[in-house]
Amino acid sequence: MSAELPPPYTALTKHPMLARTNHDESARFNFLTHLNRYLSGTLGPGNKLAYERRVLPAFREEHGRDPEHRYEIRDWMNEDPFHRMWSALKRNSMEMRQQNGRSTVLRQLDELDAQARQFNEHSGQLELDPKIEQPIYQTAVDIHCQPGGYHGEERPGDVSAGANYDVGIFATTGGALGGLNDGGGQAVVAWAKKERPDWQPRRILDVGCTVGHNAVPIAAAYPEAEVIAIDTAGPSLRYGAARAAGLGVKNIKFVQASGEDLSRYPDGHFDWVQTTMFLHELSAESMPRLLAECNRVLAPGGLILHVEQPQYSPEMPLFEQFMRDWDAFNNNEPFWSAMHGKDLKDVMAGAGFAKADQFVVGVRAVVDRSIFPAAESEEQEDYGRAAVWNAYGAWKPVAKEMAA
Amino acid sequence: MTEGIDWIARAGAKPKGRRPAFFDDPAVDRLLSLTMAVVGEVSVLRERLDTVERLLDAKGTISRADIEAYAPDRTAGEERGEMTRAYIARVMRGFQQEVEALENPDPPIMDWVEKFSK
Repeated sequence: MSAELPPPYTALTKHPMLARTNHDESARFNFLTHLNRYLSGTLGPGNKLAYERRVLPAFREEHGRDPEHRYEIRDWMNEDPFHRMWSALKRNSMEMRQQNGRSTVLRQLDELDAQARQFNEHSGQLELDPKIEQPIYQTAVDIHCQPGGYHGEERPGDVSAGANYDVGIFATTGGALGGLNDGGGQAVVAWAKKERPDWQPRRILDVGCTVGHNAVPIAAAYPEAEVIAIDTAGPSLRYGAARAAGLGVKNIKFVQASGEDLSRYPDGHFDWVQTTMFLHELSAESMPRLLAECNRVLAPGGLILHVEQPQYSPEMPLFEQFMRDWDAFNNNEPFWSAMHGKDLKDVMAGAGFAKADQFVVGVRAVVDRSIFPAAESEEQEDYGRAAVWNAYGAWKPVAKEMAA
Repeated sequence: MTEGIDWIARAGAKPKGRRPAFFDDPAVDRLLSLTMAVVGEVSVLRERLDTVERLLDAKGTISRADIEAYAPDRTAGEERGEMTRAYIARVMRGFQQEVEALENPDPPIMDWVEKFSK
């Protein structure tokens, strides 16, 4: 398949829990997939041209200097006719994806709920805790414009949130995450297997797992390990546990819990603590608490790994920072801007991971390239969406023996 | 169909969080949403027609069930992907040419009119 073309929606792997699309629902996702690639690839460069050709000169004219912060660029770009139209198109694409995903899921919700119940009653892979409260950073706005967020229900006990997330992420990412939308988790596995070929973690914790796109491939790659995937959002976990059971991955359990309070697990309980595209959905207040808990439950010699889009370092041009900030202000990701503005190494150091033990590596989605070539053709930067990430990690040092 | 839920109404639920105003006149925001919805539906219609044509080519007869179950093979998937790509290029032409104009700005046409009239 040509690298310029995303695969058709029907190339997705039809696991048992995936909502079935009729002809036109697939076609809508096909349209949105192409539209997203067009908006980032063909029209995206227009933003930089508008900035360099007219916004920046006008800014210099008025202020007698260059912008000093990405927010200054945003204020001025939001007045630019091209950027306004581009942003409006991109926002509409997100909204259309949600409507199509939700109509697909909601019309067949009886079947999906029944199927999930059947899997979850028999698999023992789901442990819900109704006492877990939804944190404010999950409820203040519906993250990435998904009505109800990850935690909302159309009726008690349903799987609509998780099912909608799974059925439409293909369109949002331009078809770059592979047949099971798990290219991120597969990338983490590929990195770990290469880095430590003989490593056999016994217990793995995935924090903020939603439907388990990225935790399930880790469980599948380490079949001897016990994987615990936690999230505060019960409806996503219901779907995720049933999805994993449907895929036949049995060594993963979905547990409703907050990463800010892992008191149910003793110190040093896990050999690997993982978050994937999750930290940006927290808040400045909760992130250090959560990272400190991750450190506490991590065993000496264990791995902590956070996969995110690149942080805004001082070396990153302000215009790129502004473009990467788009989702914060236009796609209901309110912590995205502040989180990416932090030096994650400092934050991790504050949580107890010495800087000397930390590392940053680039990871790229691992997908079946014969069907999903899109992951290879990401030369056009889709700020904040590309299937190329940074992994911020540390191996926790084994305590040195006390000198006699 | 799902019992007790109006799936059509609920599919269009508004996400919590105030929507940005992209244009000075809110009517432009509404009209763009309307236009893009129609643009999307025309693409869906084209794809459906393509499915009908392919099924007729292959079998000489079709049923609705055939259409709903249709999944293109690799070649058909590429041809249809190309079709959608070309369709989007047509409807987005105005914006694409605006990018080109930003890259290679032209002087006002009157400049040339005046130059050639002297």
